[in-house]
Amino acid sequence: MDRALRRKITNSVFIGLCGAATLVALAFLVMILWSLVAKGFGGLDAKIFTMTQPAPGSPGGLLNGILGSIMMCVLGMVLAVIVGILAGTWLAEYGGKTAYGQVVRFLNDVLLSAPSILVGLFVYEILVKPFHGFSGYAGGVALGLLAVPIVTRTTEDMLTLQPNTLREAGMALGAGRGFVIRSIIWKAAGAGLFTGGLLGFARISGETAPLLFTSLGNQFVNLKMSQPMGSLPTTIFQFALSAYDDWQRLAWVGALLIAVAVLAVNIVGRLVARETHRP
Amino acid sequence: MTATMMDSDTAPPRETAPGQSELSETIFRGLCFGAATLLLAALAGVVISLAIGGWPAFKQFGFGFFTSSAWDPVQENYGAAGPIVGTIVTSVLALIIALPLATGVSVFLVEFCPRNIAKPIAVAVELLAGIPSIVYGMWGLFVLAPWFAIHVQLPLMTDSANLPSWLSALVAGIPNGANIFTASLILAIMILPYMSAVFRELLLTIPAQVREAAYGLGSTNFEVVSKVMIPYVRRGAVGVVMLGLGRALGETMAVTFIIGNSHGFPHSLFDSGSTIASTIANEFAEATSDMHTAALIALGLVLFILTFAVLAVARLLLASEKH
Repeated sequence: MDRALRRKITNSVFIGLCGAATLVALAFLVMILWSLVAKGFGGLDAKIFTMTQPAPGSPGGLLNGILGSIMMCVLGMVLAVIVGILAGTWLAEYGGKTAYGQVVRFLNDVLLSAPSILVGLFVYEILVKPFHGFSGYAGGVALGLLAVPIVTRTTEDMLTLQPNTLREAGMALGAGRGFVIRSIIWKAAGAGLFTGGLLGFARISGETAPLLFTSLGNQFVNLKMSQPMGSLPTTIFQFALSAYDDWQRLAWVGALLIAVAVLAVNIVGRLVARETHRP
Repeated sequence: MTATMMDSDTAPPRETAPGQSELSETIFRGLCFGAATLLLAALAGVVISLAIGGWPAFKQFGFGFFTSSAWDPVQENYGAAGPIVGTIVTSVLALIIALPLATGVSVFLVEFCPRNIAKPIAVAVELLAGIPSIVYGMWGLFVLAPWFAIHVQLPLMTDSANLPSWLSALVAGIPNGANIFTASLILAIMILPYMSAVFRELLLTIPAQVREAAYGLGSTNFEVVSKVMIPYVRRGAVGVVMLGLGRALGETMAVTFIIGNSHGFPHSLFDSGSTIASTIANEFAEATSDMHTAALIALGLVLFILTFAVLAVARLLLASEKH
């Protein structure tokens, strides 16, 4: 009886600990979100979106960073969607089962979690150093490189989910393989591919490390991609580590903006994925 | 009917069906192949550019680059031991903190939690993974570090006379909350959602019969989880650990905010330090000389090799679990 009791107690303690671990994880989420709202929400006003970053002590906003972030993220996403969807299509429809395909898939999985700062170093070596200057292009390419593995992976998964009968039906009508993929399979998997793009976007929109030495940052609004370009994350980095209270407040506002954007994109991506008909 | 089919077999088709052109097929296939190859090229490019950029430092300092903890941009003398040790120590500590939590979360969601609330909780935990690194960094610097300094470090300092000497040596350091331990804590929070998500998926692949058979023998939940389920996915579980480690090794911004950024060897848990990634993030844009840049890129190569090895093992273990 003693033994049975001990097993029972061990079991209850175990269940309790597992529940406690879940509570701890949720508590961290709540604490971080709470800090963001508590410290960032108060500073949120029209100036944030209409004025560029100020000198310490004067009023200002985050316009230069917001614009730069949007431009570089768009460039990154265009590159990532083109390369990622084509590469994912190749893995799902053409060469995924070959030895080469397996190598590509494996390295893509590794790239998924590769340190983003190394991507920044790589882009510095190929796009900044040879052209003697930091630029928005370099920042966009670095962000694109980080999003490609996510888009590739999601594309492959989503295309593999499409039933073979769809492909056979298309080919039976006399269409070639590529035509079937482009006009039937891609359309059937459309929502899934969109989710992949959203997840990629969520990943890169808050990335700081790869921008530090590719786009560098710019305290003025700059619409020329060939010049150093501001971005929200690099501005936050600079302001948060500064000694000025008003800069730190702006950093919290920026962090709140980024977190809200990333979480919203994540949630929309999940909703779209759930709506997707999974055959 | 038969005759027309024979005809179309022998005679060239009068009208090309949409998308039947050989050329467009070849081009499309080539584009897809090219994109896949571009991925490989990108990875190869990373290795090659880091190797070339870091070569002057390896040539100058040789093996001493890994063993010396000098990091002196004025004297042009660079040794990477401090950041390398900092990287490994923070990552392993983060893993030690995150692993029990991740296991608890995933087991709770798979085994004990009612279905209808398991899904929202799982999504909430995964949202934790979506929060950008820099937000973790700010939270660590402005919320966690001050709290840690006041509620943990100061009491330990005032009490240090009563502590055993090994413990007071372990917790020695400036009480500002920016140290190896708080960096590991932040890293643990960051890798927890990745690990629990992958681990949860692994647990869900266990066939219901396996669990039911164990319950049928009269096992308690604890025994089913610890003696049947976890051993069933053990290879994948090691993969999850490696995946978490890989993430922690390369994490940059959050660590840069909170580790204190001092070069050289950390002397205690509560001492400031640096990691490879934080050193690069802090110094690269303002590197003072070519050798400084080369030394930082050489550090990058070391980080690449570390994470690549760890992540490759993780992916292989996880892939082997699927079959």
